[in-house]
This record gives sequence, C-alpha cells and structure tokens, in this order.
Amino acid sequence: MHRILSNEVLAPDVHRLWVEAPHVIRKRRPGQFVIVRASEDGERIPLTIADVDPARGAIALVIQGVGKTTMFINELPAGGSLLDVVGPLGRPTRIEPGSRVCCVGGGIGTAVVYPIACGVKSLGGRVVSIVGGRTRDLVILEAEMRHVSEQCIVTTDDGSYGMKGLVTDALVELLDKGEVFDEVVAVGPLPMMRAVCDVTRSRNVPTIVSLNPVMVDGTGMCGGCRVQVGGEQKFVCVDGPEFDGHQVDFDGLAARLRAYREQEAAALVQFRRDHDLECEAMGTV
Amino acid sequence: MAKKIGQKTKTPMPCRDAVERSHSFDEVAQGYTAEMAIAEANRCIDCKNRPCIAGCPVEIDIPTFVAQVGAGDFEGAYRTLSSKNLLPAICGRVCPQEDQCEAECTLGVKFDAVGIGRLERFIADWAAEQGLEPVAEVAEPTGHKVAVIGSGPAGLTVAADLARLGHQVTVFEALHKAGGVLIYGIPEFRLPKSIVAREVHALERMGVEIKTNHVIGRTFTVDELFSELGYEAVFIGTGAGLPHFPKIPGLNLIGVYSANEYLTRSNLMKGYRFPESDTPMIRGRRVAVIGGGNTAMDAVRTAKRLGAEDAILIYRRSRVEMPARAEEVEHAEEEGIEFILLAAPTAILGDDRSRVRAIRCERMELGPPDASGRRSPVPIPGSEFDIEVEVVVFAVGQGANPLIRDTTPDLHVNKWGYVKADPQTGATEKRGVFAGGDIVTGGATVISAMGAGRRAARAIDKYLSTQSPDGFA
Ligand SMILES: Cc1cc2nc3c(=O)[nH]c(=O)nc-3n(C[C@H](O)[C@H](O)[C@H](O)COP(=O)(O)OP(=O)(O)OC[C@H]3O[C@@H](n4cnc5c(N)ncnc54)[C@H](O)[C@@H]3O)c2cc1C
Ligand code: FES
Repeated sequence: MHRILSNEVLAPDVHRLWVEAPHVIRKRRPGQFVIVRASEDGERIPLTIADVDPARGAIALVIQGVGKTTMFINELPAGGSLLDVVGPLGRPTRIEPGSRVCCVGGGIGTAVVYPIACGVKSLGGRVVSIVGGRTRDLVILEAEMRHVSEQCIVTTDDGSYGMKGLVTDALVELLDKGEVFDEVVAVGPLPMMRAVCDVTRSRNVPTIVSLNPVMVDGTGMCGGCRVQVGGEQKFVCVDGPEFDGHQVDFDGLAARLRAYREQEAAALVQFRRDHDLECEAMGTV
Repeated sequence: MAKKIGQKTKTPMPCRDAVERSHSFDEVAQGYTAEMAIAEANRCIDCKNRPCIAGCPVEIDIPTFVAQVGAGDFEGAYRTLSSKNLLPAICGRVCPQEDQCEAECTLGVKFDAVGIGRLERFIADWAAEQGLEPVAEVAEPTGHKVAVIGSGPAGLTVAADLARLGHQVTVFEALHKAGGVLIYGIPEFRLPKSIVAREVHALERMGVEIKTNHVIGRTFTVDELFSELGYEAVFIGTGAGLPHFPKIPGLNLIGVYSANEYLTRSNLMKGYRFPESDTPMIRGRRVAVIGGGNTAMDAVRTAKRLGAEDAILIYRRSRVEMPARAEEVEHAEEEGIEFILLAAPTAILGDDRSRVRAIRCERMELGPPDASGRRSPVPIPGSEFDIEVEVVVFAVGQGANPLIRDTTPDLHVNKWGYVKADPQTGATEKRGVFAGGDIVTGGATVISAMGAGRRAARAIDKYLSTQSPDGFA
C-alpha cells in the first residue's frame, strides 16, 4: 500500500499526486517511470516519475484522467492509497553534463519533460523550454519549468495564453533565429512528437522522445510495449522509454495505442454509470 | 518380490465435459477419488530395480509412495512425497510425467505406466483437504541472510530449503503476485491459482519474507543486495521471460500478442473477467496460436474460453514432435481446437484500421533431425495460404531477460544471455551468487527449476558456513 500524501488539480482532468514510495526514490533518475496498480482487479499502468521528495520518501505522479483507471486514481483523496507501485523502471535519460537542451512538453508531456529538464540543469547544463497546450487551462507546470529554464516559451493552439500556435512553431522560430542545441527532448502526444522530429530531422538536431505504449509488466516479459526503432524491435519498458525520435516508427506505435479504444470506452461508460449511482446514493448529486 | 500384473491400462482421469469446459476457466481434470487412487497404485508391480526414481528430477521415493497409496495410508504417502517435493499439488498437475518417472516405469514397457503424476496430485489434494502441513521443521536461526530473486518454482524451492535450514530468506519478485509462470502463465483451468497461493502462504509461515513489486536491476542491483542490504548470498531465479517473435511482417498490427502477454492479461490480470476487472483483451472470433509447446496449448485453450468460435493451433512440425504434455494436447483436441500441422507463418495481414485480418502460412515438410534430435521443418516452395483470423498469439519460445545481466557487469552469461552456472551447485562465476531454473537452462519445466533450486540451496548452505564457493570449474 502506498499512501497518497496529496492530490491537487493542475488542469481540467489533470492531477498531481504525491505518493509514498521510498523503495522507488532511492535509485530513481530522470526519465524513469513506475507501474501502478490502484486496486485489486485494477490494471497495471505506467506513469512517469514527475518529481521526487526524498524527505517524505514520496514521488509525484501527474495523471490525465482519460480512462477508467486514470479517472479512478484522480479521484483518490489525500490519505487514500495505491495498491502497487513498482519502480523505478526504464533506462534513465542520458544527459551530457553541461549540454544545452531544448525541452519541449505538450499537454501532460510537460510532466515527463520536467524531471529531464531538472536533470540537465543539475548537471550544469542549460535548458530552453517550450511548454504547450491546446488552451490556457491545459498548460501545466509552467512555473516549475520556468524555474529550471533560462528561457521558457508557452504556446497555446488557440492563443488564449502565450504565443498562439504549436510547440513546433516556437521551436522553428528558435532554430531559425540561430539558437544552437546539443539536443531536443520532446514529450507529448504522438502527433506532436512526430512533428518535432520532422522539424529537427532536416536541421540535423539530435532529438529524443519518450514513448508511452500500452504496458503490462514493465520488465520485458510480455512484449506488449514493443515498437520499431530504426527497423529493430525494441521493448519500451526495458530498452526505453527514450529513443532517438528520428528512428521511431510513430505509425506503428499510434496503431498499437488504439488497440483497446473500444473496450476502454465501454469500461468508462460503465465506470461513470456506477460512479453516478454511487454519488446519488450518497446524496452528493 | 515383484507383484503380478493386474489392470493393464491407466485408470482414466475424470474430467469436466469437453464442451462445457471449453467455455469455462474452471479446472479441467477433476482428480482421482480414493478408490481410483488405490486401484491405480495397486497396478504397480513393485519391480526390483525401481527405475522411476531416477526419472524424477527431485528423486521422490516413488515405489514407497505408491505402495502407501495402495495400502490406503494416504498420510504416510504424503510424508514420503512432501519430504522431497515442496510443491506436489503443482507438480502432479504440470509435470511432463510421460517423459520423466512414467517414461521409466517397468510396467510401461508393455502396458500403460502407473499414473504416478495422478497419484501425486491425489495425495497432495487430499492432504490439503485434511489441512496437513508439509514436513517443515525450521531449524534454529543461523543469522545468515539470503536474497532470492524471482518467485517461480526455482526461487520458491531455494527459499523453502534455506528457510528450513534456519537461514533468513527474502524473495524479491518483480510482479505484484508471487509464483512466476505458475501465476502469470499457466491458466486457472490447468492449475488453480488458489493452489499456488497456498504454497506461497506455506512459505511465508516458515518465515520467508516475500517482497513483491521489487525489480532487481532497477529497485536494487545485485551488488546492492550485498552491500546495502547485507545479504550474504543471492540466488537468481528470474525465469526466461523475454518473448520471441518471428521476423515476419505485420507484428505490430492490433491483435498480435506474445503468449506471455496474452496469458498474463488473462491469468494474472484476470482479463477474462473484463470489464469487471480492468485489463482488456482483444477476444476475436477466430484466433491463431503459433507453437507446439505447453505455452501454445495454454494460449489456444484460453482463446477458446474467451469465446473464440475457432481457436487454431499452427505448428511447424507434426504432432509427435510437439513438446507439450501429452495430456494437454489431448484435452485441446477434445475441446475442439483445430490443429494445422506442418505449417509456419510468413506474414500477418492487416485491414485499413491496422487490425489483424489474416495470417499467411506456408506448408512444411520434415527434413533430417536437427541438433535437438527432432526432424527439422523445411518450407515447401509456393505453398502459401491465408487463414482469416482476428488475433494471432506467438508461443515460439523466449530468451533471457536482460535486466540483471545489464546491471551486474561481472555476472557471466552464455551467447544466448542465459546465466552461466554450475549444473551441480548453481554457483556462478560471481562470488556468493547462485542461479537456477529457466534463466540458466532456457525455457524448461517446473520440476527441473525446482531441482535446480534444491541443488543450489544445498550449495548456498555450504557456502554460508564455509564461505567457499562450492567449485565452479
Ligand atoms: C504458459 C506456460 C505453460 C507452461 N506449462 C508447463 C507445464 O505444464 N509443465 C512444466 O513443467 N513446465 C511448464 N512451463 C515451463 C515452466 O513454467 C518453467 O520452466 C518454470 O516456471 C521456470 O521456473 P523459474 O523459477 O526458473 O522461473 P519463472 O517461473 O519464470 O519465475 C521467474 C520469476 O522471476 C521474476 N523476475 C524476473 N526478473 C526479475 C527481476 N529482475 N527482479 C525480480 N523478479 C524478477 C518473474 O516476474 C517471475 O515471477 C510452462 C511455461 C509457460 C510460460
Ligand atoms: S511492458 Fe511487458 S515487456 Fe514491456
């Protein structure tokens, strides 16, 4: 059992939970993730370790409620608990000391890029960050990103906040101005990561993306997290989650991410129905 | 003196009706009644040379055990059994007896061998019903600490044996439940999970600590088990969990699984109960499983139970070369599994939504025997054909998981990545580190993993008292 120390709303449907996991923080490095199971009969889902607090032996998880499991977790109160937390999993980010890195986060991906940006900074590197969201409410962790970046650009698709446009628009602008980066790290929805890779490929800027396929065990045992990288089959949970974005088969990954869409939608409808009934019974609606 | 031959055929195992069971995850084989067990045990002719013992990887005193059953002394039979075998209820269900003890049976030369496995199962289940505990006195604490990595049959055996000797044992398991393949791989209808849970629980009562959700190589490295946590010896029993896929097009289509994933979703995650449980599976009206081993049988029979109208097994050799337990192949046939033999996939074809639409296969013929002694399949040119399916499951073997190897630089592995260990002692070339089970041999059997665990426990005990690594040549 892993106690939830706090649960705060970062954006609509996006929560940050601080969860006790002392066995995880000992060795955790930027780029790594945990696998969480909320309850008996619950599924195992991978979540990036967005931050650590050694004093409390806790990790931060930033969760977007998109399906039954994530919505269930987001509703757990401080003082509640998660059944299983396994980790740290995956290979840590490889960070060159003193490098200059452009960290690009789209939506919830900012929570994945943030610990990497912290890692770059702590190794004497410099961070320029681009944080995007569809609209103002969906931009998360801006303050945190600003804190570790020498420059932080915010973009929104609808122009409700920061620069109007996509994160790639901001990236193109930076590169066209002659900014030089040792590396771009991009994390967000697949179309965003693919678009960033398209921008950097022609300009020869090495680009790392962090992938989020469906996982089960997280130890290399099931192969469910497989993805083609440079024509080779990789298991994201043990070989990743970070890969050279210019080599990743985004189409294959996108298809596999859709695998359970119908089942998940059905489970969600059921969850909502049960949930509403419960609230009704408790007189909260 | 040898007895006279009586009943020539094995007493049949009562099984659930094939049609009914092919829609249910309840256990198929129902087990002998006491009368059946006594009758079967009395088929033993008590021959002089007792070859069955040598056929048993953990050297159970089979003739004594069988005689006790025959005399109705079930408790005595249980003592004989459990003094050598920690997990009899499991082995009675999943051991390939026809290749082991029963293969050596003197009666079996001319007639059916004595149903040793069925008797083992009967006695283990009888003892559980009576609430009997295995012969498990735990010695005075020695103060020595041992870490066991992995809670499959190898790890559970090492842990039990060392705990009996008074050592303090911690088992580190990556998953949220202990049991290894017994929990995540072998389905409920063949090995009820309550039996595995019972065995794990017995271990905990002996004082073994089981830490689930601990991935060694990540949460701690092997070296940290020594340096930070103070263990004096480490046993690696991590199994062979790294699924292979053939190099053919279409592997990333929706509906393609490794057997490990398919079975883990169904067994460990209870995906067969989705949406009551939260882990989904693609069910498919027509499902093809590729392979001929136990894993393939488990996967294809699971597919049938998940509602497939056609569950098809595709194997590249012929039926006699199938490595699966004979009983499982028979059960699969009775349940209406379609076998396509002497065929191998060359591609998986998808529709415009990236979902599996069909599997393309080519016909094979058997050539001369290969290194394993089995005749190797040779493709017949121009023989390709398509089978329409929605789900494809590969059960074509596995490799060595890299997590521990990559984080333990001085651990030696062979060219396939399996840990090099002395077959007699499990000692690796790294001081204080022992290994056994599938991570040493590659995918094998429950009982061979247990045998390796038993030998390693003996060597670890010796190592702890003398600090001399019992000889890696
Ligand atoms: C579907 C299926 C059906 C089978 N049917 C039969 C059968 O009928 N009869 C038979 O005799 N054999 C059968 N086998 C083979 C048999 O199950 C294996 O040979 C046996 O389980 C091997 O035991 P083990 O202890 O070496 O490893 P496993 O049972 O594989 O257990 C290894 C454990 O280690 C854990 N682990 C791995 N890496 C780490 C790590 N880094 N840190 C912590 N824990 C880790 C794993 O999660 C797992 O729980 C079957 C196998 C499968 C897959
Ligand atoms: S999640 Fe199972 S192998 Fe990666």
